[in-house]
Amino acid sequence: MSVAAPRPRPLPARRERKQRSPAGSLSRPRIHPFDDEAWLGRMLLAPAVIYIVALVGFPFFLAIFYSVSDATVGSTTLHFVGLRNYERILQDPTFWRSLRNAVVFTVVSQALVVVLGKILAMALYADFPGKWAVRFLILLPWVAPISLGSIGWLWIFDPVYSVINWSGRALHLFGPGFWPIWLGQPDLAMASIVMVDVWRLLPLATVIILAGMSSIPQDIHDAAAVDGAGFWRHLFRINLPLIMPIMLVALLFGIVFTFTDLIVVYVLTRGGPFDSTQVIASYAYFTGVQGGDLATGAAISLFLFPALVAVAIVFLTIAKRTEVT
Amino acid sequence: MSGPPFSVIRSLRRGGHVLLLAAFVAFLAFPFYWMAITTFKSTRDLIDTTHNPFLFGAPPTLNNLRVLFFQTDFGRWIMNTIEVGVLVTLITLVLAVPAGYALARLSGRWGHRLGIAIFLTYLIPPTILFIPFSRIVADVGLQDSLWSLVLVYPSFTVPFCTWLMMGFFKSIPRDIEEAAMIDGLSRFRAFVKVVVPVSSAGMLTVVIFTLTLVMQEFVYALTFITTSAHYTVSVGVPTFLVRGDVYFWGSLMGACLIVSIPVAIVYNLFVDRFVAGFTVGAVK
Repeated sequence: MSVAAPRPRPLPARRERKQRSPAGSLSRPRIHPFDDEAWLGRMLLAPAVIYIVALVGFPFFLAIFYSVSDATVGSTTLHFVGLRNYERILQDPTFWRSLRNAVVFTVVSQALVVVLGKILAMALYADFPGKWAVRFLILLPWVAPISLGSIGWLWIFDPVYSVINWSGRALHLFGPGFWPIWLGQPDLAMASIVMVDVWRLLPLATVIILAGMSSIPQDIHDAAAVDGAGFWRHLFRINLPLIMPIMLVALLFGIVFTFTDLIVVYVLTRGGPFDSTQVIASYAYFTGVQGGDLATGAAISLFLFPALVAVAIVFLTIAKRTEVT
Repeated sequence: MSGPPFSVIRSLRRGGHVLLLAAFVAFLAFPFYWMAITTFKSTRDLIDTTHNPFLFGAPPTLNNLRVLFFQTDFGRWIMNTIEVGVLVTLITLVLAVPAGYALARLSGRWGHRLGIAIFLTYLIPPTILFIPFSRIVADVGLQDSLWSLVLVYPSFTVPFCTWLMMGFFKSIPRDIEEAAMIDGLSRFRAFVKVVVPVSSAGMLTVVIFTLTLVMQEFVYALTFITTSAHYTVSVGVPTFLVRGDVYFWGSLMGACLIVSIPVAIVYNLFVDRFVAGFTVGAVK
């Protein structure tokens, strides 16, 4: 299992054959066969690269620039203010709270997603009747627009008509005085958004892990069975190590999606109650767009970047390590 | 190992398997069942806590859907979403198909690096870019215009689809275009005349994913668009149908369901390719 794209096969041998035959001579002066094709490659790549640089690279640097300025939504001029915005943010208790919430939100939900995703992938691995329908139902949360899925949860968590509370009452699991307000009590609100995030990302993690499991050659399973490896031994010694690279892919995407997510929090809690579910992304939105303070908003959102770079470094290190083998 | 205990273990395992899957399906699909039943319930039925909420306590009604279609801009939001989706898809195809081909066939080491660089743009998500974009969009006069979305959305569809097409082209045998080139076509003409026609499956995948990514996008649309007539579905439903403390639950759930289910059906047919788009190059 090699990480990182396989390098394109070098072409010279074939190209020589092709160029040789029309010329009919073996003693042609050596023209570098890659020249025109490299030029064509660049021409084909250029539009996409220019677009991405213009619409990802440029705004990214603009975000950095705004974060050291006093830009607001209304103003047309802006001034360089150095690191003042960052200083202010670092003294802002709401920011620290958002950072802590974002980390808790990401770590807890991704731990659950990886464990549950592995279990679900194992349950889906073998063929069984009705597998297509089960897969369809399981994939629904990932494919439905998340803003709308979150609205569905908003109704499930409704303070008065919550179906969870109704069922708890009906099954006598909830005592008479027990009526949780899911999105209105700080700890429950965090648990609720974690649950929605798990609900949303579990299908993606599951299908990625499934893809990894089906890429393990059958002989390895057979050999393990012949050697008498039991279920747990097989799982921890063979299955998990072999799908580790692809599980890391699933995990890293999950971390990127969750750590930068704004939608679940925006729809369900708007960061409340008392900022107990405020995360960096939502705080940046409320400050930068709704509050009109572009500079501070940009500075807040840029705190996401070091975390994502760390993710990238982990990813590339693993990529490199497995590429060598 | 003798017969009977083995079969007992087997049926126990099978029972456990079914139970496990049932639990996962219940968790993952329940909200959609909930949307469906809420859509067809009358408001009085919904807010009567003595009724069993899993069943209809009053006759089903189409009133919620009537409100959705005739008293909101829902139809308009769907049209807006389709309009943006089609334009973004065209831009994405024009940019990503040639780039994917170049990365798969024409570039050596630097192309490999560029491929990884394109992949890394996933790490600069909309959450970092929406603030500078809100100003850029205002500066170029596209505030509250669907064109702002047409301009910005390819910034996340092009990297993903380039990666997807690269994987697709790598799976096509080189002999196809090499035979054409031996017949005298240039590499570029071989690409246009021979490779593109056999790539329709890959391009269809690009079309499906671009459309669904556009449909799901929320952050940019929320930031750029300010009037109801210009909303896309994913922003219009949660912002317009939730007014202060008044929730039109039946209509909200109907909107969620109407948008989600068709997308889910189409998507389900292509999910393996979607996974490949995430993992190609990461795991072979």
